[in-house]
Amino acid sequence: MEDWRKNKGAFAIFLGPASFWLLLFFVIPLILVWVYSFGERGPQGQTYLALSFENYLRAIEPIHLGIMLKSIWIGAISTAVCLVVGFPVAMGIAFAPSRWKNPLLLIVVLPFFTNLLIRTYAWIAVLRTRGFLNFGLEWVHEKANWLFALAGFPAALGEFVPLELLYNQYAVVIGLVYVHLPFLILPLYATLEKLDRSYLEASLDLGAGQWRTFFSVLVPLVMPGIVSGALLVFILSMGNFLVPDLLGGTDSLMIGNLIAREYGAARDWPFGSALSFMIMYPVFIFFVINAMVARYRTRRRAEV
Amino acid sequence: MTEQAPIIRVRNVTKRFGSVTAVDDVSIDIRQGEFFALLGPSGCGKTTLLRMLAGFETTSEGEIEIDGQPMLGVPPNRRPVNMVFQSYAVFPHMTVFDNVAYGLKVTGVGKSEIAERVKEALTLVHLEDFGRRKPDQLSGGQRQRVALARALVKKPKVLLLDEPLSALDAKLREAMRLELVHLQHSVGITFVIVTHDQDEALSMADRAAVMDHGVVRQVAAPATLYEHPNSRFVADFIGKMNLLEAKVAGLSGGRLAIDIEGLERFEVPHDGPASGEIGIAVRPEKTRLSKEQPAAGRLGLKGKVSDVAYYGNESHILLDTDTGVRFTTTIQNETRRSDSSILIGDDLWISWSPEDTLVLSE
Ligand SMILES: Nc1ncnc2c1ncn2[C@@H]1O[C@H](COP(=O)(O)OP(=O)(O)OP(=O)(O)O)[C@@H](O)[C@H]1O
Ligand SMILES: [Mg+2]
Repeated sequence: MEDWRKNKGAFAIFLGPASFWLLLFFVIPLILVWVYSFGERGPQGQTYLALSFENYLRAIEPIHLGIMLKSIWIGAISTAVCLVVGFPVAMGIAFAPSRWKNPLLLIVVLPFFTNLLIRTYAWIAVLRTRGFLNFGLEWVHEKANWLFALAGFPAALGEFVPLELLYNQYAVVIGLVYVHLPFLILPLYATLEKLDRSYLEASLDLGAGQWRTFFSVLVPLVMPGIVSGALLVFILSMGNFLVPDLLGGTDSLMIGNLIAREYGAARDWPFGSALSFMIMYPVFIFFVINAMVARYRTRRRAEV
Repeated sequence: MTEQAPIIRVRNVTKRFGSVTAVDDVSIDIRQGEFFALLGPSGCGKTTLLRMLAGFETTSEGEIEIDGQPMLGVPPNRRPVNMVFQSYAVFPHMTVFDNVAYGLKVTGVGKSEIAERVKEALTLVHLEDFGRRKPDQLSGGQRQRVALARALVKKPKVLLLDEPLSALDAKLREAMRLELVHLQHSVGITFVIVTHDQDEALSMADRAAVMDHGVVRQVAAPATLYEHPNSRFVADFIGKMNLLEAKVAGLSGGRLAIDIEGLERFEVPHDGPASGEIGIAVRPEKTRLSKEQPAAGRLGLKGKVSDVAYYGNESHILLDTDTGVRFTTTIQNETRRSDSSILIGDDLWISWSPEDTLVLSE
């Protein structure tokens, strides 16, 4: 049989539709947005093509730059929390007996079957002042008070004051972690699943304890899974606008909300485009550096 | 040799995975400084037994003692043994040096001592110049040496090796056999090696345990396993063997009288009990082919050659006897065309001496 990699014709046929799709719905719109970012807004919100850096200058005004930095910050926090929560879950599934794996994975992706909007609203019902979490706390509070009363200290704990859990940055982080956790668990699980267990056994055999094995062998070996999962969560969290919109307060505005507002209510597409590309540029730079490092590494390897 | 306490003592060890009994009531003593092989067909429980020694599997029943210490509940990192994995499991994210140093680092050995011992271990496996390489810049054979050095640098009481040669090509495998034996002699550590390759076990081990479906059939030196197998399984598994069904006609004064279809009653020396149906075995190289009926005193059966297989140095001849038994025999190809004298369809006699007859009561 002919090697399909050598058969350029077959290659083109299979790759054609996907490339066409990417070109039509990803590359061209991206270029369009990039061109818009140098444009000007007309009086009625039209977009005029131009070569102006006005939008970028506006984008780095302190107020916008601040929102951008905060988005990065909240994205980073959410990613960190996702890692701390998701790593044990991914490990639990990967090391579970094989008949449990599929049911457990199903549980992880099950929330996706419910609309994101509904899931986010559900968090409002949980976190608001008269929400489920506060009800639960109130119940505990009441019982504790009752116990104290029995012991001869009536109303020792005082009135129950509901916690302000909603409409702040914590709620945003909770929501972002909740929504994006599967994006971390799944790639991490896939990497852990492929990991040859004898590496871990070898480490134990050589005298390392469980923790040492975890940090010196397991983590480095599944680093690709950690990086791809974390990157995914970070990008999705940073750009999310629904969660901060619904769960966040007035100070929780994120870059996604800003862009959504410029494209929507403000009808300022050029400025929205510039804001979008303010996030894209670092990503591009990251990939270029990454590729350069990889090339440098392979070249050095060949020299040894 | 003086009687020493065994370095490994396995007592009535059983391992069950659900309904599968992988290791079934095994008792073995492995001596200090010995090259010991666990030999058996695929799925017989060799790896499981080895992993129980290393501490990666718990025993369902029975006891394991290493160097006089009971191993129940002792985790792998606290056992005085080290393992060379079938896949080698050389850490891909560390250099050769760091791989070998790892086992010392985690137990808090000082930097200068680590450098010294790692160098020593790498020299032992002829990799002294490879310390700075990453595993993906090594050949399979070199990776295996790293795995060996990494285990030996810990100076374990016992080195466990799971099919260490199976991932190497035929030439290298042959060379590594010798090298492993030399290595074992020079470090003086007890080696326990798992293999399904009888040639490997026979050529390397001081003693071997032959396993079958979780049960140890025989523990003996290679020559004993080959010349005095204690069961049909061992006789058949080690080398080639011709097996015949026979009846015991009488046993007296250490001599067993035997009846086989097509042969006159004959006697062989035999100690121990035997009665009823037994198996009679004879190695191919201990039989001889001839055109004429063999001399009196040899056991001979007449038959037809059904196949001649050429192997270079020797040829294997299959002969179907008139009594319906298929014999294998080997002839040495001492001259270029020695085997051409025997053709398929030839009527020949096959014969052997009663002394070379093995009695298998199991
Ligand atoms: N973790 C496990 N769970 C269930 N069954 C197992 C497990 N490990 C081994 N077994 C079973 O135990 C038996 C012995 O397995 P083991 O790996 O010890 O065989 P082996 O002699 O090493 O064979 P091979 O030469 O093929 O490596 C097999 O039937 C195998 O299916
Ligand atoms: Mg095995």
